[in-house]
This record gives sequence, C-alpha cells and structure tokens, in this order.
Amino acid sequence: MADGRSQIRRRVGLKLWLSGGWIAFLVMAALCAPWLAPHDPLAQDLFLGRLPPAWVQGAEPGFYLGTDSLGRDVLSRILYGARLALIVALVAGSLTCLIGATLGLMAGFLRGWVDVVISRAIDIWMAFPPVLFSILLIAVMGPGLTSIILAIVVIDWTRFARVVRAEAMAQGAMDYVASAQVAGRRRISTMFTEILPNVLPTIVVLLTLEMGIAVIVEAILSFVNLSISTDDPTWGGMIAEGRTSIHQAWWVLVFPLVTLFLTVLSFSQLGEGLKDRFDPVLR
Amino acid sequence: MADLFTIEDLRLSLPDMTKKPLLGQAPRIDILKGLSFTLPKGEILGIVGGSGSGKSTLGRAMVRLLEPTGGRILFDGQDITHLDEDGLRPLRRRFQMIFQDPMSSLNPRHRVGQIIAAPLSLHGFADVPARVMDALDHVGLSRGFANRYPHELSGGQRQRVGIARAIALRPEFILADEIVSGLDVSSQAQVLNLLEGLVQELGLTLAFISHDLSVIRRLCSRVLVLYQGEIVENAATAEVFDAPKAAYTRELLDAIPLPDPDQVWT
Ligand SMILES: Nc1ncnc2c1ncn2[C@@H]1O[C@H](COP(=O)(O)OP(=O)(O)OP(=O)(O)O)[C@@H](O)[C@H]1O
Ligand SMILES: [Mg+2]
Repeated sequence: MADGRSQIRRRVGLKLWLSGGWIAFLVMAALCAPWLAPHDPLAQDLFLGRLPPAWVQGAEPGFYLGTDSLGRDVLSRILYGARLALIVALVAGSLTCLIGATLGLMAGFLRGWVDVVISRAIDIWMAFPPVLFSILLIAVMGPGLTSIILAIVVIDWTRFARVVRAEAMAQGAMDYVASAQVAGRRRISTMFTEILPNVLPTIVVLLTLEMGIAVIVEAILSFVNLSISTDDPTWGGMIAEGRTSIHQAWWVLVFPLVTLFLTVLSFSQLGEGLKDRFDPVLR
Repeated sequence: MADLFTIEDLRLSLPDMTKKPLLGQAPRIDILKGLSFTLPKGEILGIVGGSGSGKSTLGRAMVRLLEPTGGRILFDGQDITHLDEDGLRPLRRRFQMIFQDPMSSLNPRHRVGQIIAAPLSLHGFADVPARVMDALDHVGLSRGFANRYPHELSGGQRQRVGIARAIALRPEFILADEIVSGLDVSSQAQVLNLLEGLVQELGLTLAFISHDLSVIRRLCSRVLVLYQGEIVENAATAEVFDAPKAAYTRELLDAIPLPDPDQVWT
C-alpha cells in the first residue's frame, strides 16, 4: 500500500527502534561490564590522571574516553554505573507502577469506600514536598540502593494512581462494562479483563517515563552524595566530580551526562513507541 | 401463552446529586413511577416515549443492571427484583441486551471473536469457537471478522457484533435499547430485517426501545408508551396506531413524518 498511513507507521517504528536499541545496548553493557570494561573502574593511578579521550592529542592507548583526576577510566566507570542506573530504573519503576496502578485501578473502577480511602491517601501524600521527603527518608534509613528505590516508590506511586484512576473511571462508564455485567462477569474479573487492557497503554507509557525519572533521581541523589557509597561508580557521582574539573577535563563531565541524557530520553520515547506499535486501537 | 416477564408496580428512584445538601441525604427523584405490564413469550414489545421518559431505565431494570426501589419483576415466574449478582448469574444467560452505541458497548481492545466468546466461556459452554462462528453466520458477518477490532468495522457491522454477542448465548429475552438510532437509513433497515429474522428463527422475546414510531410499527406486536415515568398506553400495535387512547400518544403520532411526501397532495 502506498498511502500515507504506511509512512506514519515507519516513523513510529524508528522511535521504538532507536530508544529500544539504546536501552538494549545499555542493558548488555551493564550485564557484560566486567568483560567489556577495559579497566577496573575503581583503580586509581595518579600518573594517568586527566587523560583526554582517545581522539584528542595526548591520549594514552586503552583509555578510550579518558580518565578523571584520580586516573580512573571514564568508560569503565560509565559501564559499571549503568548497572546501578538500570537496577534502580527497573526495580523502582516496576514497583512504583505496580503499587500505583493497582491502587488507581481499584479506586477508579470499584469506586465507593475503596475510592474514598485511596483518593484521600493520594491527596495527603501529594501535600508533602517530595524532595524533602526523600532526603528525610534517606537520612533516616541511611544511604544505599534500598533507600533510593524506596524513596522513589514512596514518592511517585501517586503519579500512577492519579492517572490510572481517572482513566479507569472513564472506562468504567463505557457500555462494555454494563455488557460484561449482563453477561454475568464478576466485578473484579471485569476490572482485569475489560478495564485493564484499556488502561494498559497509559500504564506502559507511565512506566517507562518513571524508569527515566528513576534514573534522574538516582543521579541527583548521587550528585548530592546521598546515593550509595561514593566509591561505587554512578553517573550522578561522576557528573558531580566532573563539574569540579570542567575546565581541565571536560570529558569527565560530558560523557556521563550524555549517557544519562540519552538513557532518560530513550525511556520516555520507549513507552510512546511501544504504545504506537502495540496498541490495537492506534495501529 | 405464558408470560416471560411480569412487572408489578415497578418503581425506581435515584438520588439527585445536583440537589444534595452539604450534609445528609440527597433528595430522590422518581424515574419510574409504578409500572405494571406483562410481556408474553414470543412477543415483540415496543417501548416508546420522549427523551427522559424512563425507557432505558425500565429496560435496564428488566435486565437487572439497575435494582428497583419498589414493586416486583418476575422473570419466567421467578422474582428477580432484588437478587444480587450471585443469585442473578445463573439467570443472566437467559436475558441479554443489545446497546445503543456499539462504539461504547464493544471493548475497543478486544477482537470481535473474543467479544462474542467471553459470555459463552463465562457460562461454561462447550465448543465456544464453533458457537462464535455460528453467531457470526447468524448476523451475516463472514468468519474473518472474528480477528478484527471494533474500530475496524462499519457502524452497521459493529451493531451486528452486538447482536451476535447477545444471541450467541441463546437467550429467551433480548432488550434492544435504541439499537438503530446511530445508523444511516439503509443500515437501519438491514439491522432491523436481521433482528426480525432472528426473532422468528430463535423464538426470541424482544423489548425494543425506540423513539422512531415507524420502526416500532413495522417490528412490534405490542406497544408501551411511557410519559414521565408512567405508562400512558399499553396495547396491540394496530390499536395504538389506529385508535390511540392517550392524548400523549396522539401527539407522538402526529409528529411522525409522512412516509410518502406525495400523499400530501393527493
Ligand atoms: N444516574 C442517574 N441519576 C439521576 N438521574 C438519572 C440517572 N439516569 C437517568 N436519570 C434520569 O432519569 C430519567 C429517565 O432516563 P432514561 O435514560 O431512562 O430516559 P430515556 O427514556 O431512555 O431517554 P432517551 O430517549 O433520551 O434515551 C431522565 O430524566 C434522566 O435524567
Ligand atoms: Mg435511553
């Protein structure tokens, strides 16, 4: 077919392929970091400090993206940093999504006292300033992977709950719900078989957005030294260190920053791309 | 002939949320104000009335999407007025409904085959796929439609899917609420012909809600005229059209456009 529709579909595919490709590449890099990384990400060598990237004059062979002021290999640190970023994105993103979407779905579809309880909880939750809340939480629990993930889940579940609740409410007013009741389907079963497929596209978009947000939050917390121990390579930590030597060694700041940017962008585009590709109503 | 539905003094009121005081109960508005009638097996009952007269509410009470606040509904001799969903479930197969807007009543993210199959599986039918195909045959859709999504169909085809879903369960009663009002004239005629044929073939009892009196006249054997939640006329179709008793019915009849404009000049 040579009409306009096929061209739209091609562009849609490109978005999915680019973002999915970058995420897949990152996942591979994180999994294979021990074999891919040319150097130990923690190994310091003051004689090799602030080496520029391979294509700049004065580079040493083997240090493709240069080294930081302590002589640690930037590429190796980015690869190992991907591990933490992806774990946080995956675990925090899915947990937030699972909790928020389930509560939102129940509130929006079952209504009644379930909705009253959940909506009140959302309102109260949203009254807390989130950044203070997360810093407080980490201060109490101590820095570490678990506290980062917990902070993200605790703060962001309302994002899912609100959106999914509104969507489920709109879907609940549709006649196909009445039709399911006429057919004798139980309400809980209707929620999963009829409503869920219709809010799923929204959930997927939110989920990948949340994964991007989780990566940023982790980076911000590392930046202010509230993430896991400062030795472990994290993108946020690298950016923080790179900032201090931006005039002498720009590469220490720029490479983790670009990686972070591409990752967050890819996550946000991935959801849209998946929705465009797999939502039967849009295809 | 035995009565499939017996409705006695049916009342239904809903809380009026627009007039709810800050504290306390909202005042209730009476939507159905004591309706009594019977629907014998095999009849096609037309329900007409102006907008807001309570036609849909009556229909939804009959298939127990709504619970009456007074009176009784007997289905095949059994009191279903206040049955809960568990009590209704075994009966649900026997009375079905076709909705006005198939865009809303067909789940947009389920395929047609899935939409027709779901009620069948719920009621534990064997050979579900064969019954889905049979239902598609009955409504004149080719079997390939089972793999399509509702938005890939025309309005008339969507309404046929709604009919297929209802008849697949082989119910005794079907409520059709304004099922052709969203269709153009030629699809209307096709869907009505189809429905008429199915009623004959499957021995259905039908309640057909419409505000189009010419459609009612063609299809129905009895007519119920509602006005502001009350029955103002309940008689055989010919009687209603030839000798309407209620003033409101006459008003409705006068509002029908003449079928043949030339008649005016002869
Ligand atoms: N959920 C509700 N809450 C309050 N009032 C309602 C509700 N549903 C319906 N009503 C009112 O009940 C009356 C009857 O509504 P119903 O839908 O049965 O009318 P209808 O005869 O089907 O009209 P139409 O031809 O426009 O479909 C209307 O006045 C309507 O405003
Ligand atoms: Mg109506």
